[in-house]
Amino acid sequence: MTDLQIEAPRSPRTRPARGRSNFEMHSWIFMRISGIVLIVLVLGHLLIVNILDGGVQRINFGFVAGRYASPFWRIWDLLMLWLAELHGTNGLRTIINDYAERPQTRFWLKMLLYASAVLVVALGTLVIFTFDPTLNS
Amino acid sequence: MWSWVAHRITGVLVFFFLFAHVLDTALLRVSPNSYDRVVDIYKNPFVNLLELGLVGAVLYHGLNGLRIMLIDFWSAGAKYQKQMLAVIVVIWVAVMVPGAYFMLEHAAKQLFGSS
Repeated sequence: MTDLQIEAPRSPRTRPARGRSNFEMHSWIFMRISGIVLIVLVLGHLLIVNILDGGVQRINFGFVAGRYASPFWRIWDLLMLWLAELHGTNGLRTIINDYAERPQTRFWLKMLLYASAVLVVALGTLVIFTFDPTLNS
Repeated sequence: MWSWVAHRITGVLVFFFLFAHVLDTALLRVSPNSYDRVVDIYKNPFVNLLELGLVGAVLYHGLNGLRIMLIDFWSAGAKYQKQMLAVIVVIWVAVMVPGAYFMLEHAAKQLFGSS
């Protein structure tokens, strides 16, 4: 046997190399924490909109108005929106890094991804905060 | 390996749906009428079936995500990864069968007319 030393996979790194951030480790942790929270928020959302009380057939503007009368559901939706979009964006970032090989392609795909994430988070947040049950058609 | 492939595919699928879903929900700020019209699309029996597929994708992604976390953080997780995959498949089927019944009940009645 040689005296080759291989660190155990779970041994903690002492510290990030100088001038480097630990971004990938933090994003790894974020995927797990947001994942746990999203299981509750998203499966709860799917159960409410698709199955309870007649499922999707009962959903209309009035249904949303009834729910959004309570801050509880607005906070639920806001948290779900932000966590899901960030979780999904980080997942797609990983996929782009894995499969897009040309630096140019990687760069532009990620720019497109980040632009769409900003749009979705901003638009969704705006709607949740400014929803108006008396809005006229 | 296939559980990993399926995790990626379901993740991308759900991500693209989320994009469309936030846009359609934004019609809440345009007018009640335009929101109601876009939500009516979801009530169509065929789209309803796609929704069931979405629920299945989300459920698999969530269950397999839990399995990944157990592999990462539970000391015996890697050892039991195969058994855990079997467990999540069983849970997935056990949830999807009644889920499909409740989600498609209305569409089935609408299409085949028994009520």
